[in-house]
Parts: sequence; structure tokens; C-alpha cells
Amino acid sequence: MCLGIPGCIVSIVDADAMLASVDVSGVRRTVDVVCVAEPGRSLDELVGAWVLVHVGFAMSLIDEEEAAATLKVLHEIGEAQSEIEAMRTGSVEPFHPSTTH
Amino acid sequence: MRYVDEFRDPALARGLIREIGAIAARMERGRDRPFAIMEVCGGHTHAIFRYGLEDLLPDVIEFVHGPGCPVCVLPMGRVDDCVAIAERPEVIFATFGDAMRVPGSRKSLLAAKADGADVRMVYSPLDALALARRNPDREVVFFGLGFETTMPSTALTVLRAAREGVTNFSVFCNHITIIPTLRALLEKPDLGIDAFIGPGHVSMVIGMAPYRFIAEEFGKPMVVSGFEPIDLLQSLLMVLRQLEEGRAAIENQYARVVPDAGNPQAMGAVDEVYELRPTFEWRGLGSIAQSGVRLREPYAQFDAERRFAVPEVQVADPAACRCGEVLTGQMKPWACPMFGTACTPEAPLGALMVSSEGSCAAYYQYGGMRQPHLEGVA
Ligand code: SF4
Repeated sequence: MCLGIPGCIVSIVDADAMLASVDVSGVRRTVDVVCVAEPGRSLDELVGAWVLVHVGFAMSLIDEEEAAATLKVLHEIGEAQSEIEAMRTGSVEPFHPSTTH
Repeated sequence: MRYVDEFRDPALARGLIREIGAIAARMERGRDRPFAIMEVCGGHTHAIFRYGLEDLLPDVIEFVHGPGCPVCVLPMGRVDDCVAIAERPEVIFATFGDAMRVPGSRKSLLAAKADGADVRMVYSPLDALALARRNPDREVVFFGLGFETTMPSTALTVLRAAREGVTNFSVFCNHITIIPTLRALLEKPDLGIDAFIGPGHVSMVIGMAPYRFIAEEFGKPMVVSGFEPIDLLQSLLMVLRQLEEGRAAIENQYARVVPDAGNPQAMGAVDEVYELRPTFEWRGLGSIAQSGVRLREPYAQFDAERRFAVPEVQVADPAACRCGEVLTGQMKPWACPMFGTACTPEAPLGALMVSSEGSCAAYYQYGGMRQPHLEGVA
């Protein structure tokens, strides 16, 4: 809950509602991107960007290397597994297992 | 050096450990107690245990595990309030999984669910809002919990609910704010902390400026740190350098994620939706002035405390629990008489045993590595 988890923005779900689809270790989840959106710029520019996701909100843009290093630590301390599990079981909107990883 | 080889850059890690050792050895003379470095964030606590950092460092350095696990500082009375709300027949009570097992004086949310209350585990406040949309004839209450890392997400969800005109959604707000908490700790006369390792993800939201008082008013160094073992070692080295040079400054080791200015959009939502409560009760720490937030008047309709009559009774922790002393670093978890006997992660008595970020659960989980400490305790 506190540490968040890195994910990659794969598409914009609803630009007006500031929602994007984020791939987190193979689980797709709709995420609010208002905190990483640059005012005045199209959300489409975010597709492909890595973000730190905290309880369904993208809170920070990170680079791919940082994302990989963070995921490794989260896996080692067991937090990635519980975060992904929480995402799987606690998501009310349907999630789709993704093919990209 | 059991674990260094797992680190991303073992050579760098060894170098850092050597340098930390050298500074500690230079400074050790004339000291009658170890350097006490408090890591504020529960995530850091977990990483320190997982990587056995204490075992890699000289004995004169001691980590004191701070109060930065929001689940762990939730007072029993608030859990009782949650259960009371959840037991109302019209309510769907939505909570993060972490909070399910925190003991209340009557029962935990998990027990309430087993007894028939409609308690749902959600991943995000957005899921609670989705439940409200899907169940227009029910009242959906989201249990808002956490420091500044999760505070914006609840605020943004309330703003979304307001925009959409959702009327059956509310928040039982238990968000807490880090700065008054640190101030309260620093004002404790008996707090023997030499320096702080600052929280990474809270800082990503609030930025670096709010911490200045720690150096300016209290003369203590703080280094905001990332979560990798290398990050923590680097931060520790930065802290020790300050101590050796007699400086106190707020430094950012985690600049790749933490901008000095924080996240303006997130802070904007926080300012819009919340106001400080005059005081908020913490497990083990007592009441801390202005440490909690509640919803502002324009969002009163989304405030579960105003929508439902919440009992708000204060309940003292069981007398045998030493959670408060452990939280403030005055006692090690294994010194609590309940540790590992009456209080285990499966059946926690105190909240520090619930979350993997709580120091009792961390000691328990990684106890195997720390057998020397545990001998004579069990
Ligand atoms: S062992 Fe249990 S009761 Fe004792 S301090 Fe830790 S959480 Fe509290």
C-alpha cells in the first residue's frame, strides 16, 4: 500500500477522466494519471512511460532502469507479490492479463 | 557479508560498508552509546531486515524503526469505529487488505466480515467508488488510510465522486501527516535519535522543503532515501558524513524519484479536500496535535464521520503490549513479553505485528537471521 509498484502505461482509457491502462508485471489495471500528466499536453505522450503506481494512481514518472531495479527490490522483500495480488483480487473494474511484459 | 552478493552492485556495496565503518570508527571514540539512526518509513524497515543490513554494519550503528507504518499506528478505537460502520446493514465497507487484521477491542475487520458484515478488500479508492456506482442502493464507505503517499489518491477519488455526482460514497478518513508526527517525536525529551533516514515515497509527494525544521530547529541530519540496499547504505553514509562534519542538513539521496518540489498536482488535491484535525490519536504515541486530516466542509457529504454516528471511543491498548515503546524506539520488539508468544503475525495482539512493514512482524519474519538477539528471550 505504501511502497507502490512500477508499471508501464500501455494506452489511454479515457482522456477526459484522466484514466490510463497500466501494465504491472503482466496485470493490467486502469490507473488515474492526473499526478503525472503535464497540464496542457496530450495524455497520449504518456503511452510507453514508466510510472510508480500507488493504490491505483500513477504518482511519479520513472525511467525503465529505475522501474526494473525497484521491481527487483519489491520482489525480494515480497511486496511486489502482495501488491499484484491486491490488484488482482481487489480490483472492481475488470482486469485483463496482458501479453506484454 | 552474507547478502552483499545479491545487491545490484556488490563492489559498490562493499565500498560503502567500508567507508561507513571507517567513519564510525573515527567517531566512536568518546561515545558511550551507538549512533541511533531512525528510518521513518516502514518500507525501509522491511528492506533493512530483508537484506540484513544491520549485520553488515559496525555495531556502533543502530537502526531505530520509526512510526512510518500507517497500519501500525492505527489506534484500537478507530478500528472499533470501522467495525461499527461496517456492521450497519446498508453499508459496504471497502478497505485495503493491510487493515483487515488490525485488532480492535471487539474484533478486527476480518472477524467482522466473518460475522456477516459486508467488508470488501479493495486495491484502490477508485475500486470503492466503482462499488458505489454498481450498488446505488447501498452506502459504500472507503477506509482512507496512510500518510501523504496514499492521501492524494483518496482526495482525488473524492473529487471524482463529486464531479460524477455519486451520492452513496463516503470516506472514513484516517489519513495522517508526516511532519507533525516527526515534530512530536523530536520534541520528546528522551528521544535519543542522532539522525533520520527520510521516507522516499512520502517525499515524492510533499518534496524536501517541509523537512527543513528538522535540521534548522533540532539540529538533526536527515537523508531522504530510496529502497534498494545500496540506496540505504548510501543514505547512511551521507548521514554519518554530516554527523562527522558536525552539520545538519536535509539531503536527497533519492533525487531520481523525489523532486525537490514534490508533486504539485497531488498536493493541490490534498489541500483542496482536507483540513488538519486539531488532534489525532495514535497507537502507542498518544494524541499528536494536527497530525490527522479530515474532509473540508464543501466535501462534508463524502465524510463518513458526518454521515454516520461514529462512536469514537478511545480504547487503551492491552497493558501487556509494548507497542508504544517499540514504536518510539525505546524497546526492541523481542523485549516485549508478548512477542512471538501471545503476539504473532497469525494472531497479532498489537498492530506492529500485522503489516510486513511493522517492526515486530519484521523481527518475527526474519528472526532466523537474528538468533543471537533472540536467545534468552524466548
Ligand atoms: S510483540 Fe505485539 S504486543 Fe508486543 S510490541 Fe510488538 S506488536 Fe505490540
